[in-house]
Amino acid sequence: MTELMLARLQFGATTIFHFLFVPLSIGLVFMVALMETFYVVKGQEIYKRMAKFWGHLFLINFAVGVVTGIIQEFQFGMNWSEYSRFVGDVFGAPLAIEALLAFFMESTFIGLWIFGWDRLSKKVHLLCIWLVSLGTVLSALWILAANSFMQEPVGFVMNNGRAEMNDFFALLKNPQLLVEFPHVIFGALATGAFFIGGVSAYKLLRKQEAEFFRRSFNMAMVVAMIAGVGVAFSGHEQAQHLMESQPMKMAASEALWEDSGDPASWNLFSIVDVENQENKFEISIPYALSYLTYEEFSGSVPGMLTLQEQYEEKYGEGNYIPPVKTTFWSFRIMAGAGLIMILAASAALWYSFKEQLMEKRFFLKLMVALISFPFLANTAGWIMTEIGRQPWTVFGLMTTSASVSPNVSVASLLFSFIAFTLAYTALAIVLVYLFVREIKKGTEHQGEKEDRHESIDPFEREAYHTWN
Amino acid sequence: MELSELWFLLVAVLFIGFFFLEGFDFGVGMATRFLGRNDFDRRMMINTIGPFWDANEVWLLTGGGAIFAAFPHWYATMFSGYYIPFVFVLLALIGRGVAFEFRGKVHSLKWTRTWDWVILFGSILPPFLFGVLFTSLLRGMPIDETMTLRAGFSDFINLYTVTGGVTVTLLCFLHGLVFLTIRTVGDLRERARHLAERLIFIVLGMLILFVGMSYLETDLFTYRPLVTLPMVGLIVVSYVVSILALRKQKDGLSFVMSGLGIMLTVATIFSALFPRVMVSSLGSTFDLTVYNAASGAYSLKVMTIVAMTLLPFVLGYQIWSYYVFRKRVDGKDMVY
Ligand code: HEM
Ligand code: HEM
Repeated sequence: MTELMLARLQFGATTIFHFLFVPLSIGLVFMVALMETFYVVKGQEIYKRMAKFWGHLFLINFAVGVVTGIIQEFQFGMNWSEYSRFVGDVFGAPLAIEALLAFFMESTFIGLWIFGWDRLSKKVHLLCIWLVSLGTVLSALWILAANSFMQEPVGFVMNNGRAEMNDFFALLKNPQLLVEFPHVIFGALATGAFFIGGVSAYKLLRKQEAEFFRRSFNMAMVVAMIAGVGVAFSGHEQAQHLMESQPMKMAASEALWEDSGDPASWNLFSIVDVENQENKFEISIPYALSYLTYEEFSGSVPGMLTLQEQYEEKYGEGNYIPPVKTTFWSFRIMAGAGLIMILAASAALWYSFKEQLMEKRFFLKLMVALISFPFLANTAGWIMTEIGRQPWTVFGLMTTSASVSPNVSVASLLFSFIAFTLAYTALAIVLVYLFVREIKKGTEHQGEKEDRHESIDPFEREAYHTWN
Repeated sequence: MELSELWFLLVAVLFIGFFFLEGFDFGVGMATRFLGRNDFDRRMMINTIGPFWDANEVWLLTGGGAIFAAFPHWYATMFSGYYIPFVFVLLALIGRGVAFEFRGKVHSLKWTRTWDWVILFGSILPPFLFGVLFTSLLRGMPIDETMTLRAGFSDFINLYTVTGGVTVTLLCFLHGLVFLTIRTVGDLRERARHLAERLIFIVLGMLILFVGMSYLETDLFTYRPLVTLPMVGLIVVSYVVSILALRKQKDGLSFVMSGLGIMLTVATIFSALFPRVMVSSLGSTFDLTVYNAASGAYSLKVMTIVAMTLLPFVLGYQIWSYYVFRKRVDGKDMVY
């Protein structure tokens, strides 16, 4: 294995892991804030219990989101030092602003929220959770501004072989950001909503605390519906924008080797043969690709081979075709999951409206399984976005192979990769264990002061020192 | 003052704030093992920093972000050059962060025990490694003409850097103990004070040893003696006042003084570096300085405006959160 391969593997793995928790945090905290708002406005105790129960799960997830984020902050310098030198001028700014504006806000007000139930007035306490929610959204905005620069570099000039910022606001008005940000946020809201929906369905199947979980379920499904539609619309916008900004990624995500006919049809399924640069077998839907990209039932889409020639003319010799199968299938996983999520949310709202939810046991079981779908879609979405951009790290400016740190050895990388993988595996196991425990326990014991010493072994030396 | 010089100052301020704030978090983390006698003690201690530690850690993240934005070469050279030490710092911070949240979630001795060890290592390793980092940075590391740092094991770990690491760790431990005296009640508070009173002499001894070694190993006293010498004097004075205050049971004053000691220590390192940000042992022409490592003028200007606008709010609500939780932790309503 080379340094480059290991660095990519480690970056991809740690970032994907971080982004399993991020959308759940963003989505859950929004829902919790909504529940607490209902409590403050309507004064019903049940909403407070809802905010506390789901807040509890949110906090466990948040802790993992935070610690996996710390790695991200330093990984650019550790593994991608040449990249950091090259773009730090532009790319560092949003990262620093993210910390200053968003991370401080999240972390301070989360502390106030956790410890402040009895110390702050109801309204101030509510404000705290909304500020945490705002913090997570701002954090997404700034990190995506940085990422958008990599997809579509704007607001810079080349100076001494480095990209230097010359227009800060261009970073914020980056057309890529304008489509990427809503898509990610809607995706995050869907993640939180399907999590609450699935967990509630699990409890409803067991007929535990039906009132509590029915309300949670309904609330979640309203958000899921809005977020599901939002994600589809914004995804559609992204696809259209992709045609202009990175047509190669678009062609790869369609496994389109030659230019498409006019009107272009959309490949639902293909057996991609990368070696011979063709598809062995296709099932396609006529007109669909034209509509997806141009919102018209006509128009041709350029294929990878044409684009390869164009890119070579522009950037010099090289292979500009990203891993096609990965890009192609991750797009289908994401969009397919999105479609199913919309259908599920519609069905859920319909059954709730008809008050048939409790009888639809199969559907409730399905909802439990659907918890995984937003995670699948999020991961697939990023894989498509990042791998579809290859061979570039900064599109058109810097390649991935030129980005890697020259002074980090294979041995170091292997060590760090194994260490992080082990740590993350342990984290994942503990997290799932705690989730399941808390969910099984339900809300019944909430707020009771338990004696934590029951379980302490009386023959332990320390037991003699216990207080009172 | 040039903007790049201002940003050096800002980075220094962020690290000074980090060591002052997260310093006592680390110290409390160490105290859970060395002072805590049972689970209840440990919970009390963890709850004293409960609402704060995450925000305190963000000082480090912001420091890192500020270095990235204002001095990309510094960020690139340091983080790639110190790759393995940072892997350990990150693992420690990961463990410590989740341990606070997880340790109380399952009521079994084995479970809490495990997380307590994670908290201990997570609280010792980062200050130690940051101590190593800053001392070796001051002493000089093999940085070549491409600004690439390729160092061997003995460049990172040698008698001098280990002394630096131990000193910083002990400074944090002491700071944490003194913090506990102002945040807890009863027996725990008394014990924290007693341990601090004894520890402070070791701390002073280590500091003097460290200063002596710095005289031999670095240009700390020849490069900018008129600033460094008085600062070192002030550090010693801070800790002496801190001892006296502890003896008189003026815990508040003692905390301010041990905090001042930490802040001045970090400030001394930064002022001894300036205008260099990383010293090269291969020749001073290869030093990274605030001039050759900085971002362009436009970037720095934008960042200055942003930072000056946001910092007052950040400081404001952080101070407010300390005000909200000013009451001592007495074990009645604990969260963790
Ligand atoms: C959190 C969601 C994200 C995920 C899951 C993700 C995933 C990935 C993956 C899988 C790669 C490896 C591509 C390859 O090597 O074939 C990659 C590359 C990269 N991504 Fe992301 N990414 C995410 C967000 C970001 C953001 C927000 C940034 C910038 C702030 C970023 C910066 C980079 C960089 C610098 C690389 C270069 C390394 C490389 O090309 O291998 N990523 N990302
Ligand atoms: C419903 C149909 C969907 C369409 C048409 C769609 C479209 C797209 C497109 C074209 C991209 C790539 C943008 C780029 O590379 O610049 C993308 C990325 C992404 N998608 Fe989707 N998407 C859909 C559903 C979803 C769902 C349901 C989720 C998650 C719940 C999701 C999460 C993501 C994420 C996290 C990214 C990476 C970040 C980004 O580039 O925005 N998508 N999507």
